[in-house]
Amino acid sequence: MTTVLLDDISFSHPDGGQLFHHLHLAIGSERVGFIGPNGSGKTTLFHIIMGLIKPDCGRVVMDDKVVADSKAWRQLRRQIGFLFQDADDQLFSPTVLEDVAFGPLNMGCDGPTAKSKAIATLNSLGLADFDNRITHKLSGGEKKLVALATILVMEPDILLLDEPTNNLDPATRERLVAILAKLNLPMVIISHDFDFLAKTTDVIYSLEHGHLHKSESIHLHTHPHAHVYGDHPHDHGG
Amino acid sequence: MNLECFSSGSSLMHRADVRCKIISAFFFSLVVALCHTLFAPVFALLIASVLLFLAHLPYMKVLKRLLMVNVFSLLFWLTLPFTVPGPLFMELGPLVISRPGLALAALITLKTNAIVLVVLALIATSGVAKIGHGLAALKLPSRFCMLLLFTYRYIFVLHQEYQRLRRAALLRGFRPATTMHTYQTYGNLLGMTLVKSWQRGVRVQQAMLLRGFQGRFYVLEGRRLAASDLALVALVFLSACGVVFMERLSSGGGWS
Ligand SMILES: Nc1ncnc2c1ncn2[C@@H]1O[C@H](COP(=O)(O)OP(=O)(O)OP(=O)(O)O)[C@@H](O)[C@H]1O
Ligand SMILES: [Mg+2]
Repeated sequence: MTTVLLDDISFSHPDGGQLFHHLHLAIGSERVGFIGPNGSGKTTLFHIIMGLIKPDCGRVVMDDKVVADSKAWRQLRRQIGFLFQDADDQLFSPTVLEDVAFGPLNMGCDGPTAKSKAIATLNSLGLADFDNRITHKLSGGEKKLVALATILVMEPDILLLDEPTNNLDPATRERLVAILAKLNLPMVIISHDFDFLAKTTDVIYSLEHGHLHKSESIHLHTHPHAHVYGDHPHDHGG
Repeated sequence: MNLECFSSGSSLMHRADVRCKIISAFFFSLVVALCHTLFAPVFALLIASVLLFLAHLPYMKVLKRLLMVNVFSLLFWLTLPFTVPGPLFMELGPLVISRPGLALAALITLKTNAIVLVVLALIATSGVAKIGHGLAALKLPSRFCMLLLFTYRYIFVLHQEYQRLRRAALLRGFRPATTMHTYQTYGNLLGMTLVKSWQRGVRVQQAMLLRGFQGRFYVLEGRRLAASDLALVALVFLSACGVVFMERLSSGGGWS
């Protein structure tokens, strides 16, 4: 089991206020939900975990070793799968198959192996027959699912998902819930969707003013959302 | 915006291997471009038409393309006959039309059309993605192929981004006119698109990094060449030889 520890992280953008103030967080043992206002720094925190942004102070520790050199970061990136907020940033190959096979190829798989891995992953996400589709011609929701496939094909130990339910219709969203439940991986999910977090995570943290507050009971509260399908009562399961 | 309006189809040309098509098109175009006589390009144009016929492309679209190309040829017809010195063809009032000028204009027109037709038949019948892979398989520098593929991937995204911004401006009552405000707004739109593309570039690079990219681009699969692919190359090669032969034959006592 891989564990990642954020130790004493502080960070502020060059021209912005302080986002995190001596923040501690351990991930790798459970499913964590992150919720917080726009601009509170959720995405930035993910970038710090992945080493895309260097914090002002503090360290990222993986399996009791400080991640310091580029080799260690490569290892970490191999073990943590990060789903971007915007899928267009993540799908850069012309066809879906190539995009999903990109990771395995970089990890040293030969062509046929990478291809069969990619196809297996696509199938497991219910995206059979997508392999020859052109990435920029997919719909927003399809892009999101394919982006998830590009991550899962690298067989990560931990998942970081940045607003995975954006652009998803209710049916696809439920499919994602089922997919994530089946994966049985520790993960951190950023979402503004209480319902979704309640269904997919064990514990929810709210990020506000640079601090993480554990709020296990948050999903027991009534939550405002529009009942578009008001005629059809639905179970929130909370 | 559609960059590949000819790429879908199931004709002989669509099914042929992209590497073979690139090599054939390159070789044929090179030979045509080097011609000096008029007969050889006429012959090349005939061959190109046959290839195009084999590609089963929508005729109207092809004609439109040719029309666009020949607008440029028209410019040559309007200038060369009057400017190239040489024996007189006829006099139009104060204007003098020279024989070599006419021949040159005709030569350029024939060559361009032959090359455009060959490229339509052989290259346009593959999508940009396939062409990128074909070039990579032909061992062109991987930087060049990546540049092509990424341009293709993100040109739509950038176009959409620009359209989104423009629509946002239009929806808020912006009406283009010849005013300072208009120029300023367009400046802002372009500037924003530029900044956004740069930011996107950074994020895409991050995404690649996270998936283990180390500067090497792998090509997923090389299709094995079929006999028909080789036959295509051989056919185009032979035709090109035919063009060279015509060139030789007529360069002794040709028109020009
Ligand atoms: N490149 C940057 N330069 C300066 N400030 C930035 C930059 N990127 C983000 N910020 C600022 O950092 C803050 C946190 O941004 P971040 O994207 O982490 O928020 P978030 O919690 O993910 O928000 P959302 O829910 O809208 O996705 C914001 O106030 C934003 O303005
Ligand atoms: Mg965010």
